[in-house]
Amino acid sequence: MSEGLYSMEAKDFDKTLDLKMIKPYGDTMNDGKTQLSFTLPVPAGDEAVEAAKQLMRKMGFENPLVVYSKELTPGFTFFNCYGSCTHTVDYTSIHVPKVESNTMEMKECDEYIREHIGRKIVVVGASTGTDAHTVGIDAIMNMKGYAGHYGLERYDMIDAYNLGSQVLNEDFIAKAVELHADALIVSQTVTQKDIHIKNLTELVEMLEAEGLRDKVILICGGPRISHELAKELGYDAGFGMNTYADDEASYIAQEMVKRGMK
Amino acid sequence: MQESKLGLDFQKVEHARGVAKRIAGQVQDFVDNYTTVAVERTICRLLGIDGIDENEVPLPNVVVDDLKSKGLLGQGICAYVGNAVLELGKTPQEVAEAVSKGQVDLSRLPMHPAAEIQAALQPYIDSNVARIRARRQRREEYINTIGEGSKPYLYIIVATGNIYEDVIQAQAGARQGADIIAVIRTTGQSLLDYVPYGATTEGFGGTFATQENFRIMRKALDEVGEEVGRYIRLCNYCSGLCMPEIAAMGALEGLDVMLNDALYGILFRDINMQRTLIDQYFSRIINGFAGIIINTGEDNYLTTADAYDEAHTVLASDFINEQLAFAAGLPEGQMGLGHAFEMDPQLENGFLYELAQAQMLREIFPNAPLKYMPPTKFMTGNIFRGHIQDALFNIIGQWTNQGLQLLGMPTEAIHTPFMSDRYLSIENAKYIFNNMKNIGDEVEFKADGIVRNRAKKVLDDATTLLETMESEGLFSALEKGIFANVKRPKNGGKGLDGVTLKADNYFNPFIAIMKGNK
Repeated sequence: MSEGLYSMEAKDFDKTLDLKMIKPYGDTMNDGKTQLSFTLPVPAGDEAVEAAKQLMRKMGFENPLVVYSKELTPGFTFFNCYGSCTHTVDYTSIHVPKVESNTMEMKECDEYIREHIGRKIVVVGASTGTDAHTVGIDAIMNMKGYAGHYGLERYDMIDAYNLGSQVLNEDFIAKAVELHADALIVSQTVTQKDIHIKNLTELVEMLEAEGLRDKVILICGGPRISHELAKELGYDAGFGMNTYADDEASYIAQEMVKRGMK
Repeated sequence: MQESKLGLDFQKVEHARGVAKRIAGQVQDFVDNYTTVAVERTICRLLGIDGIDENEVPLPNVVVDDLKSKGLLGQGICAYVGNAVLELGKTPQEVAEAVSKGQVDLSRLPMHPAAEIQAALQPYIDSNVARIRARRQRREEYINTIGEGSKPYLYIIVATGNIYEDVIQAQAGARQGADIIAVIRTTGQSLLDYVPYGATTEGFGGTFATQENFRIMRKALDEVGEEVGRYIRLCNYCSGLCMPEIAAMGALEGLDVMLNDALYGILFRDINMQRTLIDQYFSRIINGFAGIIINTGEDNYLTTADAYDEAHTVLASDFINEQLAFAAGLPEGQMGLGHAFEMDPQLENGFLYELAQAQMLREIFPNAPLKYMPPTKFMTGNIFRGHIQDALFNIIGQWTNQGLQLLGMPTEAIHTPFMSDRYLSIENAKYIFNNMKNIGDEVEFKADGIVRNRAKKVLDDATTLLETMESEGLFSALEKGIFANVKRPKNGGKGLDGVTLKADNYFNPFIAIMKGNK
């Protein structure tokens, strides 16, 4: 495959960027170059490679190239592939629901709370249901924080309570009432078979049944959580990957001010 | 005197070990006086009681709960089941079935002398002990004939939720080069106070640990082991509220490795400390007898605490786990003491600190097959960097001769591993293990350098922590959050209800037979 080292492919496509018709970028505008890998349930061989190429064409790739294949176990073959994507999307017409707040640094956020709310705000967090993972809630709550973003426990103007993992929704609510929580943060890491959806929905229903839903800011977070999903499930906001304690603290503070919570 | 590549002061090491031994001794004085529902259910299983009633309640639970409700648990299940065997001429299994149907009230049968009861149980005790011994011999024979992988053993997990799908994944992993297959348990099983029954196909983030599932996977691994010419070890989780029961089931079905930490359940699952410490003792006796390598859970400290700041906590816990394992008769060669590669990848010289800590553990526990856990906390979804983080982890594993290398997956933090993820991880490890095979023999660390100083500091800090724990006592130290910054009340947490003071006539014949025996 020595011709792969220096691409001799004709580049007779339009190389101007059109935000109404964007496609992947390899090294030339609109080349559509995409890297992907997958496994097919067939033995290795020429037929397997051809199957992978045909599948890529169906996915919308031109010039499908299988650069590596390997039978993982009898009857299952893994492929590394490249191809040129033929599809485009209109970037100008995209609208993604987002958490509407400006992320402030910890000190700035503390100052904002002091000035606009005038008291410490109470945040209670937990990994609920059967989920035993504390990594998410710890990253948000623990003093040390994560990836250089301090956790809520370190904020002067936040009283943060981390209830840990495997907290039942009813216990979570009881603790929230006892502590007069302003905001609740639910972390969900295990999402196999959508167990998190059931658990998150149950919490909303229980809060509504107790007449508490409107009295708190309700947030969920986790690697598979998006703001859009969170809104759909009845949460005020959702925080996914690459969001940190300062994102959540800023949102809570600004939302409290917006709602006139004192 | 042992040679140290790190310039470790082995007098200091022995001092720390002595402190840990006294901490463990205090715990053992407590443990010896108590039993738990889990311990008694384990004895039921070791007497051959198995199966479920029409409500799917396991028969060991039926029998133990019945005695507990009558306030008789402190005398132990052996006394009552043995007495019924003698009086009714039934097997323990038939006795349990009769209890579940309400046909027999164990508390109302005329009580025979203890010696006669023990004699009546002896055939059942002998037959299950023989079965476990045969399992152990079977493993040894496999290793002697078809052989095994070299250390570090490549350890991978399967976690589909469906035992039959797990089999496909596990066999694929073995063909790719894995030496140990761990079947991750479904989330929440550690908090069930019973062990589910039968083959299962529905789990969340893992598959239920059941005796039937153990059997299915054992058979699959034996098949693939013969095919690839390497004995493939099976690992499960001997933790939570059914710790010793899982140990018994694993021993009966030929498991090879069990997660089995003395403190993990207390700190991370809020299981009552008395319950866990009593349960871990019997579970380790069984694991020791069955030739099962235990894995301790020190890696978990580092998913919450910082790996640089809290490295000494890991070492202190390893010392305590070692001494508690010794107290249960578990030999060094079966102690998979834990640690993890969890330093922030942004930390300057983080690799050197990791190397120092791994080498330090190697030298402090020279005969233990150390269990080394991969990066998880700083795996971000950037699978390309993740693959490199795993490579650095593998380099240290080979360099410092770790026992069980739990392979990191590039897709950690994204999904439970795909078949291809495992392939990439195994390929990564095999490349490094072979290419850097003898690096550990070639390199020593310079005097007063980063590596030596790091090892010295971690040992000193761990010793200070152990000394504090000794003067406090383990229970009090756990209550005050001296360990891992987690506070657990002695009478709080889950499962305390299942703890009972032993009565004068209590007996558990399996302790004497199994402890420190082969």
